[in-house]
Amino acid sequence: MVSPISSPPRTDPMLPRPFRVARVRRETADVATLELEALDGLPLNFAPGQFTMLYAFGVGEAPVSISGDAEKPERLVHTIRSVGRVTQALCGLRKGETVGVRGPFGSGWPLERARGGDVVMVAGGIGLPPLRPVIYHLLHHRKEYGRVYLLYGARTPDDLLFPEELKRWQHTLSLAPGSSPVLVTVDRAPESWDGAVGVVTGLIPGLRLDPAHTTAMMVGPEVMMRFTVTGLLERGLKAPDLYLSMERNMKCAVGFCGHCQLGPHFVCKDGPVFALPQLNGWLGRKEV
Amino acid sequence: MSRLNPEHERYLAEHPFFAGLNTKDIAWLADLARPLELAAGEYLYHEGDPSSEFYVMREGLIRLEAHTPGRGFLIIQTLEAGEVLGWSWMMPEVRKTFDARVLKAAHLLAFEAEAVRRRCEQDHHLGYELCKRFSRVIGDRLQATRFRLLDLYGQPH
Repeated sequence: MVSPISSPPRTDPMLPRPFRVARVRRETADVATLELEALDGLPLNFAPGQFTMLYAFGVGEAPVSISGDAEKPERLVHTIRSVGRVTQALCGLRKGETVGVRGPFGSGWPLERARGGDVVMVAGGIGLPPLRPVIYHLLHHRKEYGRVYLLYGARTPDDLLFPEELKRWQHTLSLAPGSSPVLVTVDRAPESWDGAVGVVTGLIPGLRLDPAHTTAMMVGPEVMMRFTVTGLLERGLKAPDLYLSMERNMKCAVGFCGHCQLGPHFVCKDGPVFALPQLNGWLGRKEV
Repeated sequence: MSRLNPEHERYLAEHPFFAGLNTKDIAWLADLARPLELAAGEYLYHEGDPSSEFYVMREGLIRLEAHTPGRGFLIIQTLEAGEVLGWSWMMPEVRKTFDARVLKAAHLLAFEAEAVRRRCEQDHHLGYELCKRFSRVIGDRLQATRFRLLDLYGQPH
C-alpha cells in the first residue's frame, strides 16, 4: 500500500505561498511548463507523484502534479494543460509574475518498493508530467533498478510532451546498448511520422519483464488505466505491484471538503497514487 | 513427425500466440513457415491482394495504411515484433483492405493460407484452436480501434 508522505507542508496548508515564475516553456499548443521559485527562498521539498494547488490570483486554484526533479527542489516545476479558466490563466503566466502555491499534497510513487526490480511506467496524454519525477529519480539511481520501460501514448505527434527528453531517455534509461526503454505511440499521425500508431496498451505484450519483480506506475484517462491494468495482469504482474494516479475534483487538498471522494478514499489526501488493491471495486464504478 | 525446421519450431513453441498447441501442430506449422525479409519501404501486401498468407513478425515495424487521393497515405496502425497479422486468411474470398508497408526492416514468417485451411478442414481441433487465437487478434484490434475512437487524450482526464 502507499504510505503518506512524511513531510507535510510547514505552514498552514490552506495558506498559499507566493512563488515567482522563473521560466515558462510552451510545450504544445495547449500545454505549458512553469518553473517557479519561492519568494521566501525556501525550497519546496516533494516526493515524485505529489501535487500542489496552484493559485492564479483573482481566478482560482487548480491541483497540478509536480513534473520536476525532486532532488532539485529549489525549482518547482509544473506542466499544465489549459482545459478551464484556472489552468488557462496559469498557462498564460509570464516570467516574473507571481502565483500562489499550497502543498505538496498526497501520496507518492512507490520508488522504495520498486527498488531492485523492473519498472514499467505507462502514461497517456497529459499523464507524462506526473511520471517525469520518477524518471529523474530512476536516472539518479539507475543502477538500483532493473529494466525500465516508459510507454507513452499521445493523440498526435504534435501532442507529445518533452520530445527532446524522450530521445535522451531512450539512451539514459537503457541498461544495455540496443534496448529501447522508451516506447511511444500515437492515435493519429501524418505520413511523415515513422513511429508507432496505436493504443498504448498494445505496447505491453512486447515488453521483456520479470513479472514477479516488476512495479508498474500509470497515469492517464481512467479507461486507459483500466485496459493497462488488464494488460499487465495478463503479463503476470501482481495486483499489489500496480499503482495508479487517480484524478478527481480536488478542491481543499487536505481531505476537508470531500469533493474528491472515491469510495472510502479522499484522492487528495489518500492518493493521488493508489495501489490497485486499494481501488478494489471503485475503479470504473460509474456512481463515483 | 521429424523435426524439419527446429529453429522455426523453437520460435513458434515460445511464441504466446501458439502457446498450448500440441507439438505435432507446432512442427507442422514450423515446416510450413516461409521466412521473409523485407527492407524499409517495401510492401508486404497491397490493398486488394488476395488473403493468401498470414504472418508472424519476428522483427521490424510495419504500417497499415490506405491511400486517399488528395490526402496521401492515411495511417491505420503499426505492427511490431511479435505480432500476428493477416487474420483474413481464414476467409478465402476476402481481399486485403489496406496496404502493409515496412517502416523498419522486417523479418517475418509467412504461412500459406490454403495449406492451413486445408489442414484445419481435416483437423477441426487445430482449426478451432487457430480460430480462438485469431479471434483474440481480431478482438484486440477492434478494442484498440474503439479506444482510439474515444479520443481519450483529447479530453481532460
